[in-house]
Amino acid sequence: MINLKLNKLDVKAEQGWTILETAKYYGLEIPTLCYNEGLSTYGGCRLCLVEIGEGENTKLVSSCTYPVEEGLVVHTDTKRVLNARKMMIELMLSVAPNSKTIQDLASKFGVTQMRFEARNEECILCGLCVRMCAEQMDGKAIGFQNRGHKRKISTPFDVRSEECRLCGGCMYICPACQLRCHGPDPDSDVCNACLTMDPTCVDVYDELQCWMYDAGRCGTCVREEEPNKKDIQNADKK
Amino acid sequence: MKNTNKSKSLDQIKKIIKEQKQARKEDDKITLTVSSGTCGQARGSMEVIDSLKETIEQKQLEDKVRVKVTGCHGFCEAEPNIIFQPDNIFYQHVKPKHSKDIIEKTALNKEILDQLLYTDPSTNEKAKKDEDISFYTKQERLVLGDNVLIDPTDINDYFSIGGYNSLLKTLETLNPEQVINTVKSSGIRGRGGAGFPTGIKWEFTRKAKSDEKYIICNADEGDPGAYMDRSLMEGNPHRVLEGMIIGAYAIGANQGFIYIRDEYPLALKNITLAIQQAKEFGLLGQNILDTGFGLEINIVKGAGAFVCGEETALIASVEGKVGEPKQRPPFPAVKGLWKKPTNINNVETWGNIPLIIEKGADWYSQIGTKDSKGTKIFSLVGKINNTGLVEVPMGITLREIIFDIGGGIPEGKKFKAVQTGGPSGGCLPAEKLDLPIDYESLTEAGSIMGSGGMIVMDENTCMVDVAKYFLNFLRDESCGKCLSCREGTQRMWEIVNKITEGNGKKGDIELLEELAYAVKDASMCGLGQTAANPVLSTLRYFRDEYEAHVVDKKCPAGVCKDLIRYIIIEDKCTGCMACIKPCPEDAITGELKKVHTLDENKCIRCGACYEACKFDAIKIE
Ligand SMILES: Cc1cc2nc3c(=O)[nH]c(=O)nc-3n(C[C@H](O)[C@H](O)[C@H](O)COP(=O)(O)O)c2cc1C
Ligand code: SF4
Ligand code: SF4
Ligand code: SF4
Ligand code: FES
Ligand code: FES
Repeated sequence: MINLKLNKLDVKAEQGWTILETAKYYGLEIPTLCYNEGLSTYGGCRLCLVEIGEGENTKLVSSCTYPVEEGLVVHTDTKRVLNARKMMIELMLSVAPNSKTIQDLASKFGVTQMRFEARNEECILCGLCVRMCAEQMDGKAIGFQNRGHKRKISTPFDVRSEECRLCGGCMYICPACQLRCHGPDPDSDVCNACLTMDPTCVDVYDELQCWMYDAGRCGTCVREEEPNKKDIQNADKK
Repeated sequence: MKNTNKSKSLDQIKKIIKEQKQARKEDDKITLTVSSGTCGQARGSMEVIDSLKETIEQKQLEDKVRVKVTGCHGFCEAEPNIIFQPDNIFYQHVKPKHSKDIIEKTALNKEILDQLLYTDPSTNEKAKKDEDISFYTKQERLVLGDNVLIDPTDINDYFSIGGYNSLLKTLETLNPEQVINTVKSSGIRGRGGAGFPTGIKWEFTRKAKSDEKYIICNADEGDPGAYMDRSLMEGNPHRVLEGMIIGAYAIGANQGFIYIRDEYPLALKNITLAIQQAKEFGLLGQNILDTGFGLEINIVKGAGAFVCGEETALIASVEGKVGEPKQRPPFPAVKGLWKKPTNINNVETWGNIPLIIEKGADWYSQIGTKDSKGTKIFSLVGKINNTGLVEVPMGITLREIIFDIGGGIPEGKKFKAVQTGGPSGGCLPAEKLDLPIDYESLTEAGSIMGSGGMIVMDENTCMVDVAKYFLNFLRDESCGKCLSCREGTQRMWEIVNKITEGNGKKGDIELLEELAYAVKDASMCGLGQTAANPVLSTLRYFRDEYEAHVVDKKCPAGVCKDLIRYIIIEDKCTGCMACIKPCPEDAITGELKKVHTLDENKCIRCGACYEACKFDAIKIE
């Protein structure tokens, strides 16, 4: 058994567990996107970030890939984590604003603006489909091609692969190309469902007001000042 | 495989080294060493060598003079160059036509050819020997220095300067723990980028339990403009091998790999030959010098991507997989190549090991600063008089490197910034020139040591444009796995690009900064974690320049085409018509001896007229 500290709690984990698995075991929610229990871990979406370490020497790591170590100190929702996570969501949103999965994430974590030009792609390169195909469908029909900003998912030589059995597994698991959401305000590209049903939260944590089970979980009360809704709705797209 | 009958025992090698050393001492031939690394060859060293050899043959001087083809002497600016031994006379910019004089006058009669000497641009004095040249005087060439002395394709030449003595000393007198302790107390840290203490890394790998362990030499060197590893592999491959054999012995590894860039044919050739020769002498193989310790070294050619230099990506690439970084931990020392404990070090790190064993940890740890020991090789390029490879003790200031060794900025221009650490390093301004450089001080200042790239920029450099350049590299070279790194570098590039095009708006700088911190924080490997440095460092030191682009729509350095205008200064224009022809757009009109006019709507801001005008009558605004 490995002893570590998770949000100030002393916890134990099995050798070989990741931080994410440990957090789940203790009922702590960490948002994920490229992670799926039935597939190998990848660490690409950077949504499951947590802060490890103490004092000045802390850093963010993806909890879905980081193995627990004896004496590790983990915080799952520091301001630094929340800020980075929000930026990740904003980046994802700008790539595939039509994805309901991503719009929901944006709502949940209070991402109310999108300051990058929308690209309207149907893929955020989380790699779920590639792993689904290879690991669950025994297909290996699709894979990543190129690197950096030219990266894409495709079949070898971009032609229909003999390996593909049209099982649809890749589409089933994709967070970007299946569920669509265009939002109430097509101009802002941010649907902000939760904006129409504002939580009761205040900007500074208040025990009585919090309807989550622990402080700061939703991120609302620790979030920094944000532009008000009017601004967002008027924000021009380009 | 059994050792070939040529292979030697420890004592035999000792004897060979002694004989070779003696032979070098007694050698009374004049040796002309011609710098002939990749850069020297590109500048014509092979032609010089051929014609020197031909001259020697014609004059039948084979027993008096010899030509030695060596690796790089480091002074790119002076290529092709010759250093005479034993006198150390230094000739630069040598051409085949000089051969006759070089042999007849200098080699035979010690007559110096003035026109081939290096002239110091600041004092106008001619330097006779390499040590008189300011480029060399402040350097401490502990690792690179031997390049000048040896023919890298001949193991005997390496023996003759005491090569492989450190290996013998190790095998004879030190146990693995003692080697590790020596390396630990020497204080040497990895030269490949992160600066992790080498001895501690070795100890991790040594302590990891496994039936099989590996060592790797990282010769990927993907930073554009950096070539220190190449020149060491080309010019002194046995030194790297010797370091690796000592390391393998200390760590308990029997299999090693050299991961080398495919674009380095000469380095590849020389290291392949070196492995072959070392094997022949029993310095590599199943039972090294009859000690029972064995090491095989294989060469793996790199896949060519910058990110493949990152250790986990490199390991994946050696395994034949896509070169993408992985989560660490587990670190390679625990679970590396084929899931076995693996110790990976940079070429230059390996190259320091024989020196540490030879001279001892105490001696080595006296060089450098409190936490960074030894020397570091930098490739000094950009707007600098003396481009080349410089090896300096840690703790030297940037000013000493740039002005004393580098000879300052050409054309009397002003120094503006120096970029250290490769594409994901940072830009440091003039205020930081007196910074004594080591791993910590550079990081503190917002840059990194990286593998030793150093690009000097003058007053005509736009720092926003510089950030854009590096971001463009990084958005291509990110492996693309992490959203933060892939999208982050792309979006940072988009914002900076927009700013240089004059389309920046209020809030862009703040967004850029916010994004940069997120990229740094959220990415998995060193590439993403440092990818924001070009942005953050230029924002830290040159924020006003960003603001000028965004608010005033001006590029103060006169670089960003969309933000500048070319104007003819009426008072200065003599009407010489020199600018009319060069303009590809016919934007300039005018008659002889009358002030010309420049049509801004036609001007594409190529700068041709600016270059052509001899009267400084065209200005950039
Ligand atoms: C993007 C990236 C590129 C790298 N490229 C190189 C390289 O070309 N050569 C190198 O020695 N180390 C490179 N490194 C550092 C290696 O990951 C590793 O730290 C190093 O090889 C360890 O050797 P050292 O301890 O001797 O420095 C790179 C790291 C990153 C993140
Ligand atoms: S549909 Fe084809 S590509 Fe998609 S998971 Fe199935 S086999 Fe793989
Ligand atoms: S930080 Fe960049 S280069 Fe490194 S693993 Fe992530 S995407 Fe790849
Ligand atoms: S800057 Fe170029 S295009 Fe413009 S006037 Fe001069 S030469 Fe012509
Ligand atoms: S869920 Fe961990 S990085 Fe995607
Ligand atoms: S002098 Fe060696 S590479 Fe230029």
